[in-house]
Amino acid sequence: MTENQMNLTFLAISENQSFARATAAAFASQLDPTVAEINEIKTAVSEAVTNAMIHGYEGVETDCFVTMRCHLTTNREIYIEVEDFGRGIPNIEQALEPLYTSKPDEERSGMGFTVMSEFMDDLQVQSSPSGTIVKMHKKMV
Amino acid sequence: MDIQFVERNGNLIAKIRGEIDHHTADKIRKSLEDEFSESTAKNIVFDFAHVGFMDSSGIGMVIGRYKELQKTGGRVFAINIGPEISRIFDISGLRKIIPCFAGIDEIESESGRGM
Repeated sequence: MTENQMNLTFLAISENQSFARATAAAFASQLDPTVAEINEIKTAVSEAVTNAMIHGYEGVETDCFVTMRCHLTTNREIYIEVEDFGRGIPNIEQALEPLYTSKPDEERSGMGFTVMSEFMDDLQVQSSPSGTIVKMHKKMV
Repeated sequence: MDIQFVERNGNLIAKIRGEIDHHTADKIRKSLEDEFSESTAKNIVFDFAHVGFMDSSGIGMVIGRYKELQKTGGRVFAINIGPEISRIFDISGLRKIIPCFAGIDEIESESGRGM
């Protein structure tokens, strides 16, 4: 296994949620993960990218982009960052609480960050009024 | 994503094929609401046999149907849950409110026993 990196920037439209998670999964396959691990990575990326689109950009009418960076290490780890340049999360602590949703009328489950932290080994969220970065890390068994 | 409906013994079975995320969950919700309002079914059964992926947007969509049907005394069930979907059902606590069965026959035989 060699060290490897990739960056992907795509338009923040919901069609690209499956594109982003499939790309992350294809890249992570270099680590020879289990089927369950691939599914965990796909799900965590899907949550992060969906959050970026909904909470970062919803209502913005100009073209917006989400960037995903993946880094594979020789130690069978993957580091994933999902970044948006939207309005940011005003209260990260509250956003990380299971079942919390800022959009209770829209059938959002409020489980996005819970799923990310459950499926990955580590989750960090940095946010400001000019964007949010979700950093995740996972070591394959 | 593709969705097909079968109505049987008061259950509207939604056979979903594909992946359930934020992009597809809204389409599923809309077509399910339309189909349900035109049917005489009381309950909704999600058939996950051909769903290879679901994230928390799917959880929100299923809970949304659960809340809707609570108003009319209907119930929401899930059948044919594979390992990937099973995991997200467990983490989200969805399994506590949405009874999961191996197949539709099992739901009908349970109903027959006064469920």
